[in-house]
Formats: sequence, structure tokens, C-alpha cells
Amino acid sequence: MKNTQALSLHVPEPQTRPGDEPDFTRLQLPAAGSVERPGISTPALQMRELAYGLIRVLDEEGRAIGPWNPRVDPETLRRGLKAMLLTRAFDDRMYRAQRQGKTSFYMKCTGEEAVACAQALVLTQEDMCFPTYRQQGLLITRGYPLATMMNQIYSNASDPIKGRQLPVMYSSKAFGFFTISGNLGTQYPQAVGWAMASAYKGDDKIAAAWIGDGATAEGDFHSALTFASVYRAPVILNIVNNQWAISSYHGIAGGDQTTFAARGIGYGLPALRVDGNDFLAVYAATEWAAERARANLGATVLELYTYRAAQHSTSDDPARYRPAEEAGGWPLGDPVLRLAAHLIGLGEWSNEQHAAYQQEAIALVRAAGKEAEAIGTLGQSRPEAATMFEDVYKDMDWRLLRQKREAGF
Amino acid sequence: MPAMNMIQALNSALDNMLEKDPNVLIFGEDVGFFGGVFRVTDGLQKKHGLTRCFDAPIAEGGIVGAAIGMGAYGLRPVVEIQFADYIYPAYDQLVSEAARLRYRSAADFTAPMTIRSPYGGGIFGGNTHSQSVEALFTHVAGLKTVIPSNPYDAKGLLIASIEDDDPVLFLEPKRIYNGPFDGHHEKPVSPWAGHPMSDVPAEHYTVPLGKAHTLREGKDLTVLAYGVMVHVALAAAQDSGIDAEVIDLRTLVPVDIEAIEASVKKTGRCVIVHEATRTSGFGAELSALVQEACFYHLEAPIERVTGWDTPYPHAFEWDYFPGPERVAKAMRRVMEG
Repeated sequence: MKNTQALSLHVPEPQTRPGDEPDFTRLQLPAAGSVERPGISTPALQMRELAYGLIRVLDEEGRAIGPWNPRVDPETLRRGLKAMLLTRAFDDRMYRAQRQGKTSFYMKCTGEEAVACAQALVLTQEDMCFPTYRQQGLLITRGYPLATMMNQIYSNASDPIKGRQLPVMYSSKAFGFFTISGNLGTQYPQAVGWAMASAYKGDDKIAAAWIGDGATAEGDFHSALTFASVYRAPVILNIVNNQWAISSYHGIAGGDQTTFAARGIGYGLPALRVDGNDFLAVYAATEWAAERARANLGATVLELYTYRAAQHSTSDDPARYRPAEEAGGWPLGDPVLRLAAHLIGLGEWSNEQHAAYQQEAIALVRAAGKEAEAIGTLGQSRPEAATMFEDVYKDMDWRLLRQKREAGF
Repeated sequence: MPAMNMIQALNSALDNMLEKDPNVLIFGEDVGFFGGVFRVTDGLQKKHGLTRCFDAPIAEGGIVGAAIGMGAYGLRPVVEIQFADYIYPAYDQLVSEAARLRYRSAADFTAPMTIRSPYGGGIFGGNTHSQSVEALFTHVAGLKTVIPSNPYDAKGLLIASIEDDDPVLFLEPKRIYNGPFDGHHEKPVSPWAGHPMSDVPAEHYTVPLGKAHTLREGKDLTVLAYGVMVHVALAAAQDSGIDAEVIDLRTLVPVDIEAIEASVKKTGRCVIVHEATRTSGFGAELSALVQEACFYHLEAPIERVTGWDTPYPHAFEWDYFPGPERVAKAMRRVMEG
């Protein structure tokens, strides 16, 4: 049969571009407290709507409402707020350090701090995190030394990974932070394998992985979900939907047709769509997923719905592809301000305390900066060059020994 | 000692390692209940349990990715890629991840793992069941590549690979799983039984990685080969009457430079044989190494005998396969050179 009309190719486009007013009318944002909270052993098929809803705990007035309220004690919330503020202060300082020529590259997580900072408080340090380059909040919340992060960013003589990786590609087994790859999505099946190993050994540790909305298009994402489902791996599979993959809006990864959480449904996995700028919602959903994993019920997919308020990296300029006011107008607000408002409403925080901690965070970062810069910024100081031949293999073979000599070491 | 074919020897290696080390586990497509399409994992699930040897989804990237996570946890996974031709979806995980974890984390994270995969032609498998993929991996810093040529080595090298703390690609020349094929495809297939390298101890032993094996000593010229081509080279030596020294490399990375250098310096002539396509094949690396180390000892140009630079053609298998005639011809040319 011949077509009655000519075919046409659809290439999705975002609703707005630079020069346009941001338009959020298409976002469907259910009210806080409106999504039900099923028990952790509920079959995935019976909670499919959760992949299309949006778990929100904090309402417009900053009150915690509804069944997903995790009822976290104020001290823990203050810790989370401080971790977010510290992460933001760190990002600001390192962004400026790059602009000052102290390093080659940096990536901020502005607007997404609740994702890593809330989740770090739910997971234990023995659980293994397989992050992307935008979960520095995991390390900062866990108390990893800021100066050590800077040493990595400066590839200086005290860089724990010896000047071998691009800035922000941290690695710390002791802090449950898996070595970051610049190839997107590769960490997803690795996290599932790590979780399978923990289950194989009868251990009690779980794994968590992060991926961006853009990288869900990678094959590794899909094989990871298959493996996680097939082997009921104790892993939390986070999709950080920050709307933008460098300059490509989420629609280029298929986000116009369905939600990213809904990807989990096809694999028979429970999938929650969560307001990623709502610290309490992120905390609650992660706690729910962790409980499932620890109870041998397997993997959970979490879509953390947020907005990348800053550039993709210091090499990027979002003004060239999205409206300048889009970040500021994001309807789900700013995670730091929302959690602060909640704590202030509870009488557990104040504007004065907030301002004071902001200054303290700046001071902490400045002190770390001094420590790291005393060792050296990029190019001023670096690990012994001869070490570049180490750790290719456990033992150097004849080729590396000869080449090391040839290089003059 | 019992005579084993290569499949039985590999099975015995896996059996020993499952027995010895609770951190060893096996997974891959069809390797569980069924025991693998080539039967290498036959009976292991039944003997050692469901979680020690199990089936994996058809997702090679997922298989290798999951194995990396397991290795990082502290296990020693052994995964099977059913045919080497299927390994490409796992290339990113092997090259950018498995091979780089130790380096990029300054040894904070490592992922010991063995990737077994039947490879090579001679079985009428056509383009997607015959490829020799080794050069795509020997080029990768951080990976080791091992290729056995007989049952005894297969077992000892596989155990050494599993016990190695770095990721090892273990390519199994499937044409010689059941017998030492010398390229004379017109002759009846001979089994491993009776071959000296089919005497395989049932217990644990290793053949060290990075050490070549001189299978035939000779004074006229050196043949560098691995896998099936070792047997082809031996046949060519016999057919041609040339007193060739045949070296089975066994490990391509790290290759045994001392054995190569000593032999070529002695004979002054060198023929390199592999089944893989020629351009940028491992033979190019060997040729460069020989030239660098032995130039002033060479009496003739180095020759490479390889698969043609075409995809593996189904109906023209024996026109493609570098059989003993082609190898013998090259040996004669090098002797005349």
C-alpha cells in the first residue's frame, strides 16, 4: 500500500529559546502531599502511577505535608541545609578559580544540591555510590576534606588520584564514592554489579547510581535496568532530570513523550518521580528505595526532577540555547531556600543563622582553598611525573619499564 | 593424567577456581543450566550452585559493566562473551572502564576480572562468528590479552588469568576446542587425545602470563604465532622441510619480548602468522618489535601471513584462512631473501 501523504521527520524542539520568555505552562506539578505512599513490598505493577506523578512534601508555605513526609529530626535537616550551603559555596569558589586560571575545568551543581546532599544522609558510608560529575554534594555531606577535592581539581602534588583525571572526577573508596568516568552512563551497570556482589556475599550494603536525563538514552542505562530487575539487585537507580544535557533539552532524550521514571515500568521496577528541589521529598523517596533494597526487594528507579541552574561546565554558555530567565523562574524553586523556609517555619532556623552559616561556609572553603593553593594550582605543582607509568597494571611490565626510562625517569 | 580436550581443560580450570575461591563466580549468555553453547561451563551450576554460575541477559555491555562492579566490590568474576564477534557492545566498558579503573583512581579501585570469549574462524561461522578481535584490545593500556593453543596451556593460563589482579581478555580459539587443527581442512579432524599437551592435571596449576613457549626449536627461521596458527605453523614447517623455530606467544599483552628477541637473533629470519586481518593487526606490532630489537641480525625482510583485509567470508573460508600452504610459501620467500 502506498502512503497517502509524504512522511515527515520530527525533530523535537524546546518550547523556548534565548530571547523568549520562559514558559512553564506545560509542567504538571501536583500539589505537595497529594501522592500516596505505598508500602515497600507493593508489587511494581500496582504503583505505576508513581512514575507519572511527583512526590512533593514541602508546600508553598514550606510546611511538610502528606504521606511522604519523612519526619526527619531538625538536627538532620540542619545538617542537610548546611551541606547544601557548603556545596554551593564550594562551587562558587571553584568556578571562580577556573575563571582565574587556577584550573582547567569545573562543574557546578547549582540548583541540584538537594539530590546528593539529602541522599548522602540516607545512605551509609559503607553503601557504594556510583555518581556522575554533578554529585559533589555526596562527598561534601559525608565530610570529605574540601582541600583534598581542591587538590584533585588542581592536579597538584597532593591530588589523591595523582593528576590523572579531569578536574571533579573524584574517587574515594573510603567515602563510598566510586571513581567518576567522563563516559556517560557507564557507572549504571557497574553499580548494579556491585549490588549483585553484595547480595551474592550475603552482605548488608547497597549501591546507588546517578545518571542524567540525557544519558538515559545510553545502552548502559537499559542494560543496567535489565540486570537490576532480573537479579533483584539492591541498588537505587537515580535519574537526575535537570532538563538539560549540555545544550540538548530533555526532549532529545525522549522526555517529551513520557517521564524518565516511566522507563522503569517496562523493566518491572518500582519507579518514583520526585521533586528534586524538595529536600524532604528526595530524602523520603531515597529512604523508601533504600528500605526496599535492604529488605531484598530489589532495585528502585528514582527520577529526581530538578533544574540545572548553572552552566553544564565552565566550557559552556547556556545563554546561547535557553532563555536567560529560565533558571530563576523554575517553578519548583531553589532547594536551599525551600529547606531553609521549612526550618524557619519550624522555629529551627533563622535568617540570621542562615546568613551566618553562609559566611561560615565561605570561610571553610576559603581556608581549604588556602591549604590547597599552598600546595599549588594547576601547573604550579603536580605529582611526580614518573608516577604516570604506575597503576596501568598492578605491576609494570617491560614495555612500561622501558618507556618510563625512555621518558627520562 | 587424563587426556582432556580444550573444552574439558577450561571447564576443569573453572571448576578448580570455583572450588578454591568463593569470590569467583561465572556468568554469561547460556552459561548456567545449559553449560554454554560450547559446553565450557557444563555442569558447573549443578555442582557449585545457582549463584556461582548463571545465565545473563543478552547485553554484553551489561555483562562486562556488572562484572566491573563485582570486581570493584572484591569478587573475581569470570564472564563469557558467547562469540568474540559479540564483544563490541562491551567495548566502552572494557576500554574506558575495566582497563582504566586502577589508573584513574590511583589504585583506590580495581576490578580483577576475566573475560572469556571463543574467537576465530575455521568453523564456517561466517562474518559474525569467526572474527579475530585481539588487536582491538592489545592496543588498550590496562588490559591483558591471552590466547592459548592447547588444553594444558588453556587450563593453566585461565587459572593464571582469574588469579591476576588486572582485567584479562582470554580468547579461546574455538577451531581447536576439540582437536589440534593444522589448517589441512581437507584431512579428517584429529582429536586432542594422544597429543602431548592434552595431558591435563585435574588439580589447580598455572601457566604464567607473559611467557611464550617454544614449541619447536629450529635454526632456519622464527615463526611467531598464537592460537590455531601455532598448529598451522608447525604443519608448514613439516610440509616445507624448513627448520623453523615455532614460538607460541600464549600472551599477547604483555608479550614475551625476551623469547622473541632471542629466537630471531639466533635465526635471523622471521615470519609472523595470525588469522586476523592484516592492517593494524597484532602482527604489525610484532614486526615493529622484531625490527627494533633485531634489525642488525635480520637476513631477510619480515613477512606477515594473515587473514585478508576483508570481512570473514562464509563460502570462502579456506581462501581467507592463512593455511599451511600460505605459511610455507612465506617461509620459503624469507629463506630466499
